[in-house]
Formats: sequence, C-alpha cells, structure tokens
Amino acid sequence: MTATYTRRELMVVAAAREIRDGEVVFVGMRLPLLGFGLAKATHAPTAVGLFENGVIRDRPAEAFIYTMGDPPNIVGAIACLGLNDVMSLLQQGRVDVGFIGGAEIDPNGNLNTTRTSGSGSLVRLPGSGGGGDIASLAGRTVLIMEHEPRRFRERVDYITSPGHFPGRRRGGPATLITTLGVFDFSRGQVRAASLHPGVTPEQVREATGFTIAIDPSVPATTPPSTDELAYIRQADPDGFWTGEIRKSA
Amino acid sequence: MEPPLTGKQHSLAEAIAEQIHDGDSVALGLALESGIPFAAVHELIRQRRKDLTLIGPISDMAFDQLIAAGTVAKVIAAWVGNVAGGSGYGFRRAYEQGQPRRIVMEDHSNFTVGLALKAAAMGLPYLPTFTGLGGDIVRGHPRIRPIDDPFGGPGLLAVAALKPDVAIVHVQRADASGNAHLWGNLGLTVEAAFAARRTIVVCEEIVPDDVIRSDPNRTMIPGFLVTAVVEEPGGALPSSVQGYWHRDFETFLTYHGLSKTAEGYQSWLKEWVLDLPDRRAYLQHMGDAALERLRVSDRRLAAAANFAP
Repeated sequence: MTATYTRRELMVVAAAREIRDGEVVFVGMRLPLLGFGLAKATHAPTAVGLFENGVIRDRPAEAFIYTMGDPPNIVGAIACLGLNDVMSLLQQGRVDVGFIGGAEIDPNGNLNTTRTSGSGSLVRLPGSGGGGDIASLAGRTVLIMEHEPRRFRERVDYITSPGHFPGRRRGGPATLITTLGVFDFSRGQVRAASLHPGVTPEQVREATGFTIAIDPSVPATTPPSTDELAYIRQADPDGFWTGEIRKSA
Repeated sequence: MEPPLTGKQHSLAEAIAEQIHDGDSVALGLALESGIPFAAVHELIRQRRKDLTLIGPISDMAFDQLIAAGTVAKVIAAWVGNVAGGSGYGFRRAYEQGQPRRIVMEDHSNFTVGLALKAAAMGLPYLPTFTGLGGDIVRGHPRIRPIDDPFGGPGLLAVAALKPDVAIVHVQRADASGNAHLWGNLGLTVEAAFAARRTIVVCEEIVPDDVIRSDPNRTMIPGFLVTAVVEEPGGALPSSVQGYWHRDFETFLTYHGLSKTAEGYQSWLKEWVLDLPDRRAYLQHMGDAALERLRVSDRRLAAAANFAP
C-alpha cells in the first residue's frame, strides 16, 4: 500500500501519539490542535483538552477554527471558564501534557519566542503567550519545531519557556517533534528517537546548530495510517495547517 | 434623530474622550482572540491619545495597530503580534527601531498577567506562583520577585498587582446601568473589569434590565463597576463575538500584509481609521456583502435555567 502524506501530517500523527487515553491535555493551536482531535478519534477517546482562554473540550470543534477563540471552539465545549482557572489547574498539577512551539531551541529544550539576535540584528518575536506557563507547570511537555540550523542553537538569547534545569519542580520537555524527526531527552539533552522516513542522520546534524545524539540504529518514524490521514484531511480539508508537497511513503 | 443617551450610556467617542486620558494604562483584548474592542482601538487613534500603557494577555492585532499609530509608551503583555500571521510588524518597528516611537516592553506569560490583574481585583499587593521559574521572563522583572513561602515550602515568585486605569471590554449585551452578560471566551475579562479604576463596557445590544436579571449567573461584570456603557454593534470586528459575529480571518491577513511596511500601515490607517468618523462608517465601508457573510445567522440556544424560588 502506498500512502502519500506531508511532513506536517506526520507531525500531527506524532503529536497525537504523545497523548494517552484519559489524560488532561493543554492544547495549543495548529498541529497540536489537530493532534488532539486525532488522538480523541483513535487511541485516546477520553482525553480532555484545556485551552488557555478558559475553554475545556472533550471533543474536537465541529468546524474548522483558525484560533482557539473562534466560535466553533465554544459550541459543544464542556466549560468556558477564565484564563486563571485553567492556568490554576495547570499549576495545581492537573495537566498531564502540554504542547508548545518555539522559534529557537537549545540542547536542554529551552525555547525562545521573545527576542533573538541570532541572524545579526535584533528581531523581536511575539513573546510567551501561555508557552512559558505550560513549560513550567505541565506534567510533561511536547515541543513542536521547524528543524533549521538557525533555530537549533547551542544557547538561545532568551529563555521564554524553560526546558530542563537543575531544581526543576515538575515536568519538563519529554518529546520534541520537528520537521525531520521525533526526539526525546536523555539526562535533559535532546536525543533522536526516530527520524522521519527518508531523513538521514547527516541531514539532522546539518540542520542542528548543536551536537545531537543520533544512534546509528535509530528507527524511522512510523508513517501515518490510512485512518489517521483520513481524520487529518477531514479536519484540515484545505491543508491550511498540514499542507505542503505530499511525499511518498 | 436618535434619542439622547442618558446616565452611563455614551457614544463610543464620548466614552473614550471622557474616560481615557494621555498617559493612562488601558487593559483590552482580554478575552484573547475574540471580543477585541477594535472600534475603541480605532477611536483612541482618531482622538490621538498618546503615552498609553497597554495591558493584556495576548492582544492579537489591536496592540499592533495602537503601537504603530504612535499612541503607546509601554506594553505589559504576554504576546504581541497577529495570530493569523505571527509577527506584529508595527510592534517590531517600535521595539527594534523606535519607529514611530520607542516603547518599553514588560514581558509576561499569560498567567503572570492574569495573576497581576487578579491580585488587583482581590485588593492584594501580590499573588504567589511558581510559573516561570528557570526562565528569563521572571528574571529581574519589575513586577515579579522571588519570595520565601512563609509556611516553609519551596521558594515562590510574587507577582505584583496591576491596576489598570481603564478596562475596555466587548460583551454581547448589557443594560443601561452596565450590568453585562458575556458568554463564550472569558480569558481575563472579569479580572480586568474588577481590577480597573474605570471600565467601559461596549456591547452588541443594550437590553432591558429584566433580561440581565433573568440569568444573573451570566452577568460577568456588575454595573456598579462600569463607568460607561456603549452600544456598538459590530464593534469587535474583525474579531468574533459568540452568537453575533464570525471571525473575519481575511482582514487579519490583509492587515498583516499591509503592515509589513510603515507606508503600508499608513495606507491602512488612513482608509480604515482616519478617513472614517466612527464604527458605523467602518461597517458601511466593509459593505453589506461582507457584513452578511460575517453575521451569525444560526441559533444554538442554551437550555433555559429555572431560577424559580
């Protein structure tokens, strides 16, 4: 059987696999949002999703949403509380897993979304949003990144969302999902867990601005199943989040 | 000729003129991506307010528009940009190049903005938390300091109270006294309205007070905290209002493209703010077809709740 899929579709599937049944999930937008819906539709039917604006859902929105505040994300929600309410649940330790994206990452999983001079001149990025809170307070975090050398830096200019550090009270990055592979953290350092089909260790090393552990026997990321792809394409019919050139499996 | 407004009810231009002064701190965009009071944002620009401090969690495009217009001296927020496209180019020009003027940025996470407003809403000097430990946001922060737990637990951070001069909130309906029904996304709307010295409620419709009293659990802001009530249907467009307006995604993208350059921003500003007297003119400029497309026509009514004693 030949299926074609995009890297982003594969990242959605990888995100979904990070959610276990029954877990409370701090859902982000874009790929994690689709990942949450996919996990609910497949292996994690009783997972519950919290959104930082205060919305709590146990099923995906019925219509396409661009932001978590879009009206379809309210319809059928189980609760609409305030930001402090869901952040309080996070601080209390009630959230098992949270998703965060970053513009830059270092080997300890520190994310920068605030400001960078990496390219020579100062660039102001939008800031933390809820990212810094999820990074600090979730039971574990899953990071989602574009895998480019300028984004994978030995040191980031600013730690918006803290990764692994001595004295951490709880959690920390468990998994990093990139456009090239899936990574875990061994003794607080990024390590390759699987490379996406067709990606070589050399490609990953070239795209990573720091030394990265890649075992020669590292497996390939399991491609999306037909059912998983069917779900994603129904949830993102125009490929708004997951579109790019589809590659052959 | 419309009947004159009485009591707390004002036109938006009057409310902004009377309640918001140069140098004030203004909280808005509190529900995150929905109910952003864009009509008030544009009126602030038209009235050439200056040296404002903006307060909010994420602000979507509203803070960017105010910053690029030169009305802002300081921003206290967790995220400033354009949710549709990422970067806020007006914010970036001000922060990176001081254009059209330099701004001071007080970076937060969403939760520390929330705790700062909540502390003020509770009448406390600060609230403790452990969010942000190990990161740079809380390091050397003017409003966040390490403290000991007086009960002997691990160290904490104190987030100092943040009391805005004014909060501007957009809600579905309110009565003439400002008692406000809001449903859907809340974000930090309630904390900000409780914390602020003055609160402007902008609503889709003014309703008789028995509508409010029929469902008191839906009153998120009691009217005695409200200093001005403005009926401004469509006043949050292009952001959504649950049950009234869809999100006008294209307008966010268009602004994102135009605002890449200062010239592009100026052309947007002239067409959509400076050349229009008020929100009614803005809606006319959008055109009937766009309004028809964005107006919510479906009904998904909540089940009635019996309040009988």
